[in-house]
Amino acid sequence: MGISVLLARDAGGRVFLALLVLVGVFLPALHLLLPETSPLHISAYTLTLIGKYLCYGLLALAVDLVWGFGGILSLGHGAFFALGGYAMGMHMMRQIGDRGVYGNPLLPDFMVFLNWTELPWYWLGFDRFWFAALMVLLVPGSLAFVFGWLAFRSRVTGVYLSIITQALTYALMLAFFRNEMGFGGNNGLTDFKDLLGFSLQADGTRVFLFVTTALCLALAYVACRFVVSSKLGRVVVAVRDAESRTRFIGYRVEWFKLWIFVFSAVLSGIAGALYVPQVGIINPGEFSPLNSLELVIWVAVGGRATLYGAVLGAILVNYSKTVFTAILPEVWLFALGALFVLVTLFLPHGLIGLMSQRRGERA
Amino acid sequence: MTGAHVLTTNPAGPASATDGVADPRLDTTHGPILYLEDITVSFDGFRALNQLTLYINDGELRCIIGPNGAGKTTMMDVITGKTRPDRGTAFFGQIIDLLELDEPAIAQAGIGRKFQKPSVFEELSVFENLELAMRTDKRTWPTLFAKLNGQQRDDIEDVLHTIGLPEQRRQRAGSLSHGQKQWLEIGMLLMQRPKLLLVDEPVAGMTHQETERTAELLLSLAGKHSVVVVEHDMEFVRSIARKVTVLHEGSVLTEGSMDEVQQDQRVIEVYLGA
Ligand SMILES: Nc1ncnc2c1ncn2[C@@H]1O[C@H](COP(=O)(O)OP(=O)(O)OP(=O)(O)O)[C@@H](O)[C@H]1O
Ligand SMILES: [Mg+2]
Repeated sequence: MGISVLLARDAGGRVFLALLVLVGVFLPALHLLLPETSPLHISAYTLTLIGKYLCYGLLALAVDLVWGFGGILSLGHGAFFALGGYAMGMHMMRQIGDRGVYGNPLLPDFMVFLNWTELPWYWLGFDRFWFAALMVLLVPGSLAFVFGWLAFRSRVTGVYLSIITQALTYALMLAFFRNEMGFGGNNGLTDFKDLLGFSLQADGTRVFLFVTTALCLALAYVACRFVVSSKLGRVVVAVRDAESRTRFIGYRVEWFKLWIFVFSAVLSGIAGALYVPQVGIINPGEFSPLNSLELVIWVAVGGRATLYGAVLGAILVNYSKTVFTAILPEVWLFALGALFVLVTLFLPHGLIGLMSQRRGERA
Repeated sequence: MTGAHVLTTNPAGPASATDGVADPRLDTTHGPILYLEDITVSFDGFRALNQLTLYINDGELRCIIGPNGAGKTTMMDVITGKTRPDRGTAFFGQIIDLLELDEPAIAQAGIGRKFQKPSVFEELSVFENLELAMRTDKRTWPTLFAKLNGQQRDDIEDVLHTIGLPEQRRQRAGSLSHGQKQWLEIGMLLMQRPKLLLVDEPVAGMTHQETERTAELLLSLAGKHSVVVVEHDMEFVRSIARKVTVLHEGSVLTEGSMDEVQQDQRVIEVYLGA
């Protein structure tokens, strides 16, 4: 199925991709071409902030795939995002080389601080970008594979599955908090200097990261649309709605769940890897169970099983979060909770559902 | 649904889209296609099946009747791998041990099932429901890149006509009437091209006319397929039955023609007389 055929049947997706191209081209242009005094100028800060939202959008896309289409309510997808982020962070850590505070050419500062003399084996290879990039895909993917294989094969579903995904991310958070794990403990990884030889502070690098994020989001959208429009996508929906029925027509349900779960975890890892160089830090807080719960709210707000709705939800909720936490930080969690309750009660199909309903009424 | 569409399958004709495709290991040279022996299933001490022994011959159309709770659905659960019996043996042909297989493996070996409660994929269209049921490679990667070829489209078209839903092909399955859902489920069964069809209460909720057409369809399938029908509608059973098995409290009470069975004193006591 060519992209054109795929998008011919996806009006919402065409609008979404067009907007994404606009954002990906115009915002960097406004940043680079206009003088800082111009009211339309976009600061590097804003550009990076929006880049961060786009990473969240990619993560939401991944969650929508498993939850919206597959009916697998994962409350641990933040873990895959964080693992992708750590893999990228480890690469940038090693790129610092002897420019760290302690000037050790091989060991990151936090290891020197712990009096370590040798680089742990699992840090080997991360000095090469291609290796780190591979790990961005492989680490979340393998974890999802092993976890999903155990869970789906023993037919753990529904609320039990959700609980063990929360437990997974919680356990990882506790593990990454420990200094002995060798991932920088509660400080995480930070003080990155450059990526592929380009300074992370440089304007050009920021624009490049932003454009790359927009591009990855667009590609991921097309890939997800391909998956949900394929026969595999229909089987996954069938599993969501009538799991045992799907078995009786001869599908190995657990493999289909595993496929979609691993694919989604890999997308989450990519989102994390794009996120870390833009925000400049990754710490165990990213594994917090609360983070994973928030993802689900983004998707619910935007509209389940629409793909672009999830991205929209992620961007809107995070924009509100930015605004709220600046004005009334202590209210944010309550607002988020209220939003979730309201959406669940009154907008079962999210904002996208509301929009298409409006259009339907007018038509 | 118009009657003219129904029954385009000609049982005597050349190989059709719905002919069963046998697992190469399926060996029915001794006659029976299904051997259930001494099957016992208990739920918390209650015996839903009690040393049930039953044989179905290749190409046979068998009706199974029995009062509510007799264990008819449980028997189908055992055959299709949903429920593991506490004891007993279940063989498909002489070689395939059903108790060693799980649900998808049993489906792929050639046993299809229509559920008592109509269960179709409500969010998918009628066409897509049939497409998913179609006999083909059902592993993940081939499914991701699957494309319907001309033959497969024709097969789906054939079944759409057989079940009388060609106009509804793009309709959401969830929006069909109860009777239409029953038909769609039978269509999904046909798409799997099974050798043995287990049909649990196919005419529940159907109009008189729909019931008649279901009878015709099931009769047309027998011969090339083996069909086991569970039904409470006695008129329907009488219209299709060659051999009837009466289940009661988890075991076979008696077997025979409809007339023999209806005159059996024990049957009258437990079931028909009730
Ligand atoms: N999963 C289960 N757990 C406990 N009891 C069960 C279970 N499944 C079936 N039973 C019991 O086993 C008995 C046989 O049930 P079954 O559904 O096989 O009957 P049936 O002959 O199909 O009846 P009906 O004509 O009402 O469909 C019933 O008493 C039922 O309550
Ligand atoms: Mg029953």
